[in-house]
Amino acid sequence: MSRTTRRMTLATIAACALALALPAAAQDKGPLKTCFVYVSPISDAGWTHQHDIARIQMEKNLAGKVTTKYVENVPEGADAERVIRDLAQSGCKLIFTTSFGYMNPTLKVAKQFPNVDFEHATGYRTAKNVGIYNARFYEGRYLAGIVAGKMTKTNIAGYVAAFPIPEVVMGIDAFTRGMRSVNPKAVVKVVWTSSWFDPGRESEAANTLVAQGADVLTHHTDSTAVVQAAEAKHVYAVAYHSDMSKYGPDAQITAVTHVWDKYYTHVAQTVLDGTWKPDHVWGGIKDGMIKMGPFGKAVPQDVRDLEEKAEAEIAAGKLNPFTGPMKDNQGKLRLTAGQTITDDALSKMNYYVEGVEGTLPSGG
Amino acid sequence: MRIALEARREASRAAILLAPLLATLATLVAGFVVFEALGKDPVAAFHAFFIRPLATRYGVGELLLKASPLMLIATGLAVGYRANVWNIGAEGQLTLGAIAGGGLALAAGDAQVPSALLLPAMIVAGALCGMAWAAIPAWLRTRFNANEILTSLMLVYVANLFLSWLIHGPWRDPDGYNFPQSKLFTDAALLPNLVSGTRLNAGLLIALAVVAIEWLFIRRSVWGFEMRVAGLAPAAAAYAGISSKRNVWLGMLAGGACAGIAGVNEAAGPIGQLLPTMSPGYGFAAIIVAFVGRLHPVGIVFASLLMSLLYLGGESAQVNLALPSAVTGLFQGTLLFFLLAADVLVNYRLRAVRARPAAR
Repeated sequence: MSRTTRRMTLATIAACALALALPAAAQDKGPLKTCFVYVSPISDAGWTHQHDIARIQMEKNLAGKVTTKYVENVPEGADAERVIRDLAQSGCKLIFTTSFGYMNPTLKVAKQFPNVDFEHATGYRTAKNVGIYNARFYEGRYLAGIVAGKMTKTNIAGYVAAFPIPEVVMGIDAFTRGMRSVNPKAVVKVVWTSSWFDPGRESEAANTLVAQGADVLTHHTDSTAVVQAAEAKHVYAVAYHSDMSKYGPDAQITAVTHVWDKYYTHVAQTVLDGTWKPDHVWGGIKDGMIKMGPFGKAVPQDVRDLEEKAEAEIAAGKLNPFTGPMKDNQGKLRLTAGQTITDDALSKMNYYVEGVEGTLPSGG
Repeated sequence: MRIALEARREASRAAILLAPLLATLATLVAGFVVFEALGKDPVAAFHAFFIRPLATRYGVGELLLKASPLMLIATGLAVGYRANVWNIGAEGQLTLGAIAGGGLALAAGDAQVPSALLLPAMIVAGALCGMAWAAIPAWLRTRFNANEILTSLMLVYVANLFLSWLIHGPWRDPDGYNFPQSKLFTDAALLPNLVSGTRLNAGLLIALAVVAIEWLFIRRSVWGFEMRVAGLAPAAAAYAGISSKRNVWLGMLAGGACAGIAGVNEAAGPIGQLLPTMSPGYGFAAIIVAFVGRLHPVGIVFASLLMSLLYLGGESAQVNLALPSAVTGLFQGTLLFFLLAADVLVNYRLRAVRARPAAR
């Protein structure tokens, strides 16, 4: 082979390689395909609904730079891995998996798709291309507790809760501490439903709690049933996940709502900039990940002021709902005076604080 | 005048074969209308539903993976259904199977038990525990004549709460931040993979083996024949001295064993640990599969593949066309409705009956 032909061959190969590589490069410049996996149907309120309004908001914030798609109602377990893999396969470059049970499937798929970035909500394991995020919902719970503590006449609040995992338990504890910070006589009764979404069982639990004297109800479940039950029974309610005032116009005194759009926009922007790193984000009131819902008509101005003052203090980092002295409901001292809880202890919380009635099912 | 259903003396063979085709056609037409109304291209929608899930090797693997538990459970249930023994609680029997198999896997832990020993032990344990769970309604039925539809269904909730207690308590992963899940199983406790690049595992072979055994049972065994007779003509069966108690026991235990094995296959297959819910409702979906497959082993194989394809198609339609998941449910429901409706028309004919004046 002569020198010139060899050179020409090389040039041709290089040109071919370039031609093949170019469309790929051009594709990378296109909008960032961002995909979401939801554990329940989007519906009008609840955990998944909040993620979806954030998705839509992010799309608006980064108009032209991102496209989004989602798969809803994906059960945790064997199916999740296929759905996540399908999304990665179909060209998604950033995937948010928004339920705890997606943790291991997300990690498995992430290993097979090193060029896709994953963000998993509420888990505890990260990887080279898997970041995790969650919000300090307990801060909002504490604030809601303040309002509930002021509004209750019977000094009994009812709490409808799904599963005794740390996430839920720290909410119950923070709510109780909020209540008792303004009303030391207040107690909280808990009913477990063993389901994130079961409107029938949730409203049954709500009615049971009202029959036991509770005149403020709140819930850590996904439906609007508890707020509706409170409306029907003429007691107060603190909504969770979403503002549910249209389901309980008289009942809802406030709500602890989840706000993800700022975070989603931020993550997508860092991926676009090429600066994304797998992080462990646990944001709170300060970061705008939790917003308190509108006060109900029944809430007087002095209570609103009290709540807003505490909210400002939490945002400024001056107030931590779990500051000692803090006893559990068996009388054991968990935090000494002035001591604040560590994130590690918080994320493993498996005891009720003083003021919660009953024992934690299979906790301890 | 009113319309009445009149039983045909004998269903025609051609009608039996044509009915599923007609039902599919009717579903396509209904689907066409629905997709058109939603502003989606129906052709693209059908492509997403029926073609795209099967376009890759991974997709075919997923189809078979998801069909396996449905096939296995439906085959077990059909044994009882043919003799009018209504086991509705396969979901609970599956859960018990997963607990038994998973319990063994967790107990073996890091103790280097060879897979060839551990896996069969897990499967046997799962089958036995599924049977034990099904034995409760069987005993209540034969001893107290309690309705097995209710008792087996209610035991589903008991089984789920039992599993929930185990993984919130004694079996919880100590390094799992108190989240309700067990440790991950070691590799020895996982079913071997059949095709690389997919998640398809040996569970499919087990399911197919069970289908073959079932076929032999109904075609070649006296008990199988007696159960069919009991289902078709209970009075004649009783007159002929066929034990209805034995039929109840056989029917319930077969369903329990199959569901139990399916539970082990899920735990030791795609999941690889114990979670609060081990199945997205396979125990209930299998009831539909059993009937769509006309309680026949071969029919059940096809019905389970169809059901599995509908699940995968629903996901694919969401991913590719942004169709809401409710449409998937609607589409699945439509197909099953037409299938069962066609079945009715195979066995009955519509007749206009002139209203008679009421007797005074």
